[in-house]
Amino acid sequence: MPISCRTGCGRNAVLKRPKTGDALCKECFYWAFEAEIHYTITKGELFNRGDSVAIAASGGKDSTVLAHVLKTLNQRHDYGLNLMLLSIDEGITGYRDDSLETVKQNRDDYEMPLKILSYKDLYGWTMDEIVAQIGRKNNCTFCGVFRRQALDRGAALLNVKCIATGHNADDIAETVLMNVLRGDIARLKRCTAISTGSEGTIPRVKPLKYTYEKEIVMYAHYKKLVYFSTECVFAPNAYRGHARALLKDMEKIRPSCIMDIIYSGETMAVKEEVTLPTQGICVRCKFVSSQEVCKACVLLEGLNKGLPRLGVGKSSKAKKMLAEYNAKQEQEKGSLEQAIIDLDDSSNLIDDINQSNKVTKAKSCRSGSCKSNNKVSNGSTVNNDKCSSKECCTGKCKSNQGNDIDQGNSKINSLLEEYGINDAQKDIPNGNGHGSNVSKSNGEIVENSDEDGEVLFNDQDEENSCAGACGKMGSLQIGF
Amino acid sequence: MTDTLKLSIQFGGGAELLFDKIKKREVELPALKKYFPESLKEKWAIRELLVWIKDNLLKERPELFLQGDSVRPGILVLINDADWELFGELDYELQANDTIMFISTLHGG
Repeated sequence: MPISCRTGCGRNAVLKRPKTGDALCKECFYWAFEAEIHYTITKGELFNRGDSVAIAASGGKDSTVLAHVLKTLNQRHDYGLNLMLLSIDEGITGYRDDSLETVKQNRDDYEMPLKILSYKDLYGWTMDEIVAQIGRKNNCTFCGVFRRQALDRGAALLNVKCIATGHNADDIAETVLMNVLRGDIARLKRCTAISTGSEGTIPRVKPLKYTYEKEIVMYAHYKKLVYFSTECVFAPNAYRGHARALLKDMEKIRPSCIMDIIYSGETMAVKEEVTLPTQGICVRCKFVSSQEVCKACVLLEGLNKGLPRLGVGKSSKAKKMLAEYNAKQEQEKGSLEQAIIDLDDSSNLIDDINQSNKVTKAKSCRSGSCKSNNKVSNGSTVNNDKCSSKECCTGKCKSNQGNDIDQGNSKINSLLEEYGINDAQKDIPNGNGHGSNVSKSNGEIVENSDEDGEVLFNDQDEENSCAGACGKMGSLQIGF
Repeated sequence: MTDTLKLSIQFGGGAELLFDKIKKREVELPALKKYFPESLKEKWAIRELLVWIKDNLLKERPELFLQGDSVRPGILVLINDADWELFGELDYELQANDTIMFISTLHGG
């Protein structure tokens, strides 16, 4: 027996709303779904008349539904918004290239301008290339950090007032849960905010904050919206995947738990003595950061210097790693000084010195793989000379290589301070200066860190875990 | 004997990735007693259909589609384009020419 719509409209119900338990027909569901988002937008004062708004569009269900609903509401309630689509091309073959086709479809369907920014253009690296360097374990960190900043850059380019993201209620609840599980109080406090962004930065707003995933999917299904639903080809974020599975299991038993977790997150009070990092501006790229130098710049520096794990290693291991590295550098410094003295006497001796250094290095190297790393490091060093001025400094910096080294140095210094490792600063600047010896050492660091599979989750941003524009990609393999 | 049951089975939202990327299938179920000789029931319900799908259609990673005797939470089931929660979920008795659709909510964003 068909159940009739709860509103008494006379039509048959097609779904049971998870939030309220009401059985509604299609028309009444559309109305309720859109009305609630309208309420969220007006109550939260997300937009002002005349604003330009960039919709972070991945081609997935959330951003597709967001674009559709914002267009609908903008017309229905005369928000007076200038809506546009902003997409990030991470450079993941077989995944993002396909989903961007869906975004282009959105552009045509919703008649909105579309801007696509690629990691390759912004950072000089595609995710495919990064994964080739870092492996499949920590690549979501890079992807998340870079995407977050790429959206900021895109929004600045488009000159919009804010970025609307497709984060839904399930996403927010999942993030609350994750932050509780990690003890990440700073993010726990800010992850439920409907609008985020400090002064001078472009705010992010989440119009779908109270919208259940089930309803988003049902809405897209009934409205026949085309969206892209292939899983990311790279590694899953297992931790988030488990949180997600737990949440889905609980939702099955008690659907209101999603709203209840968000409510808990919103109303939870944080003790005053808990110090929270303040959000500021990265001294390097001028985009939002809670550190002096933002995570994106640190990761990029690591990539360009052939130390791809600089920003992702567990701090204790990184410390140990760097201490070993430092000791080696001291030793090496001695021999280099010696080499310089010898240089005055006879240039012929240098070859011998280098030779002996190489021997020492070869002994300390644990496997033969440092040779290939060596090549990579050298290649990256060359790349760095070029890109440090172009990409890292947003094109403004025309500095010579010496300046680049200084910049790298100060940045790495603050990174090291961030990790509480103050004693290893001397290592890095040599990276550009003295080719083979140092590159070899770099190679060894890379190799050591390959054994370190753990990710420092606390250093990830709230939206890092592939929960940025792409929603749940990170959890897909686990989450299905 | 006309005990077979014709159904349309559909997958969407990424669920099709577990089924050779085929989104629509026309299937014919044998009589329930033939497929489950021990069954005390006469008619196919979603509960039995899921087992049949697992045996006949689901080739990889069954844990991503099924959990216990039901679908994995996060996969929506539509019976003739309506939420199965309105129709008794696993206990819904299949009728000839029903369309059963499985939509994953767990993919992408």
